Amino acid sequence: MIFKRAFVGGIHPPEEKGLTEKLGIEEATLPKQVVIQLHQCTGLPYRSLVKVGDLVKVGQKIGESDKFISAPVHSSVSGKVVAVEPRLSFMGRMSVAVVIDSDGKQDVADDIKPYPVTEKISIKEIIAAVKDGGIVGLGGAVFPTHIKLSPPKDKPIDNLIINGAECEPYLTCDYRLMLDDVFNLAYGIDVCKKVLGVDKAYIGIEDNKPVAIQYLKKKLNRIEVVALKTKYPQGGEKQLIKSILNREVPSGKLPMDVSAMVMNVATCAQIARTLKTGMPLVDRVVTVTGKHLRRPANLRVKIGTSYRDLIEQCGGVDGVIRKIVCGGPMMGIAVPSIDVPVHKGTSGIVVFTKKEIEEEMDYSKKDVCLRCGACTEVCPMSLNPSLLAEYAEAGNWEMCKKLNAMDCIECGACSYICNSRRDIVQLIKLAKGEIRKGGL
Amino acid sequence: MDSEKLLVSPAPHIRADHKKVMLDVVIALLPVLALSLYFFGLSAAIVITTAIVSCVGFEFLMFRLRKKKPQPIDIASAGLTGLLLAFCITSATPFWAVIIGSLVAIVIAKHFFGGLGYNIFNPALVGRAFLLASYPVAMTTWDAVSGATPLVAGAAYGPLFYGNIGGSIGETSAIALLLGGLYLLYRKTIDWRIPASYFGTVVLFSLIFRVDPLFHLLAGGLMLGAIYMATDPVTSPVSKIGGWIFGFGCGLITMVIRLWGGYPEGVCYSILLMNAVVPLIDRYLPGKKFGTVRESHAMAWLYRK
Repeated sequence: MIFKRAFVGGIHPPEEKGLTEKLGIEEATLPKQVVIQLHQCTGLPYRSLVKVGDLVKVGQKIGESDKFISAPVHSSVSGKVVAVEPRLSFMGRMSVAVVIDSDGKQDVADDIKPYPVTEKISIKEIIAAVKDGGIVGLGGAVFPTHIKLSPPKDKPIDNLIINGAECEPYLTCDYRLMLDDVFNLAYGIDVCKKVLGVDKAYIGIEDNKPVAIQYLKKKLNRIEVVALKTKYPQGGEKQLIKSILNREVPSGKLPMDVSAMVMNVATCAQIARTLKTGMPLVDRVVTVTGKHLRRPANLRVKIGTSYRDLIEQCGGVDGVIRKIVCGGPMMGIAVPSIDVPVHKGTSGIVVFTKKEIEEEMDYSKKDVCLRCGACTEVCPMSLNPSLLAEYAEAGNWEMCKKLNAMDCIECGACSYICNSRRDIVQLIKLAKGEIRKGGL
Repeated sequence: MDSEKLLVSPAPHIRADHKKVMLDVVIALLPVLALSLYFFGLSAAIVITTAIVSCVGFEFLMFRLRKKKPQPIDIASAGLTGLLLAFCITSATPFWAVIIGSLVAIVIAKHFFGGLGYNIFNPALVGRAFLLASYPVAMTTWDAVSGATPLVAGAAYGPLFYGNIGGSIGETSAIALLLGGLYLLYRKTIDWRIPASYFGTVVLFSLIFRVDPLFHLLAGGLMLGAIYMATDPVTSPVSKIGGWIFGFGCGLITMVIRLWGGYPEGVCYSILLMNAVVPLIDRYLPGKKFGTVRESHAMAWLYRK
């Protein structure tokens, strides 16, 4: 059983969760203006359902796509639409956004009403509710949840895994959600079990969160709480399935190919909130943190709130901000501006100061690969990252493909551990992009 | 709020603490260095200094010829090559021979293959092998201080262990070499599998052919080779199972040369021969990949981490 609870490889970065783990989820102050990007998940192109001058209410649908794999977008505030124009996204792209000035009243849209309780609602209706609620994977992948909840008939799911691992350093939003919103979490898990028709559900939590493990063991009785070894990337979908079910998702396949499904705790809780109140996904929990942020916090934030508002609300930083990461520091994306808005996948905002970057985190000095093998040792997919990086550097995409570059989950453990500070995962990501482009 | 233009760099945004690998090895070799200076005196000091200075000099020269800028690690690595080269030759080695050995080590063994990280063979050992093959008389003429290797002259366990035995500069004391090895293991600078399988194979071989295993462990360059040369990450396999195979091969070839070969010592050639096999080992033992079917329980055991 000892071997069952972990995958092979992995790293132990400093956790830094102490900054926020004891702080309960607070409601963020209502922003004066929200910038809601319509392209929040796959399914381009999205079209705006409102125009400049329109009055909108909380929960009103403001954007949608005709594509099957897509999720609608709703207003998170009540107020007036002042612009529908391209705005800078956290990814650094200009993408169409609805800009709404809040009137501060938070009037709820008329058609928002609670759905019937789980026993009295059909599976079809639940999936429709999840779709209309614009719910996507809140762990950061932002894949539409209604698609996930309707797996093909020939791939039955027998095990549901709820991902409470939260292996990214700094982040505590899922941890706090497990402690502060346990009733919605339990409700959401029951709904997912019903929809997928599974009897067995697990919730995997890293053993550095003993309080959450004990608490959930007491509170959740229809689900097995599994304590996992604390190591990054324990919360990776494939790693979690390996750790809990001891099943390996075959190369190039999906979790459903081993009859498993992984859902994030925040997504489950959101399903419950939407069904109970009828309110679509208009806000989410975000860990706003950083060693030099004056008052780090776990905030429930309206989608479209700017990073600047949140960082100011957290007291600003001691020093000069030099890097802001959307998500955790291992896989998160460095945003191009402090004015980008929170989107559905923003689990954390990690702020680094100039001093921190220049003195403690200067990774600019790169050496040659000494073939020490550290990256192969930590790779959770048992790839040979150093060799992949060498081929990527040489532009040999065919060899990259042969060495299974496409199996890379981009966790970044290789770059983290590399003593020569080589940008291994970055090169592999490049190779993956080229392989996809070239149709190799 | 103060913020300047944000730095947009790809993930991960944190990295592990940087280990100074070359410095670790030098620290590990300090006891050996002290003892060798104590036993062999000035002549050893001259050989060591000459080797280090000329290796670093050739490194700079090669970077200039290749029109590239050397990094600190390149210089540190060249200095370490010099130190290791000096450790595996005798204190009676003539001045000019040390320089030629350094030239072969740095220019031919390292830079002709692409410099640090790309060399197939351990540079220090190539330097030594070249000297031994080209100037056998100069290389095996022991003076009063250095004396012949115990593999020729024979020796008691005591001196073999704590020092004051003949042979190459760095081979004088097994305990000093072991001490440094323990430090490197503690710092996780070297992979324990390579020395473990190397030593294990030598012991096993000795037992099978009824020779004294302890003598074969302590005598000659085995400690120096197994702990400091075979573990060079650049010239040893990447995978762990590769490390086991590499160490086994080194042990096997060492004992074959020692028992039946024309040379008294086989450590140097065994490591060089196995260096040549490393690309093959790396290629055909890529390790068990996530999401592929295991062949058997035995294979699963071998590929576990």
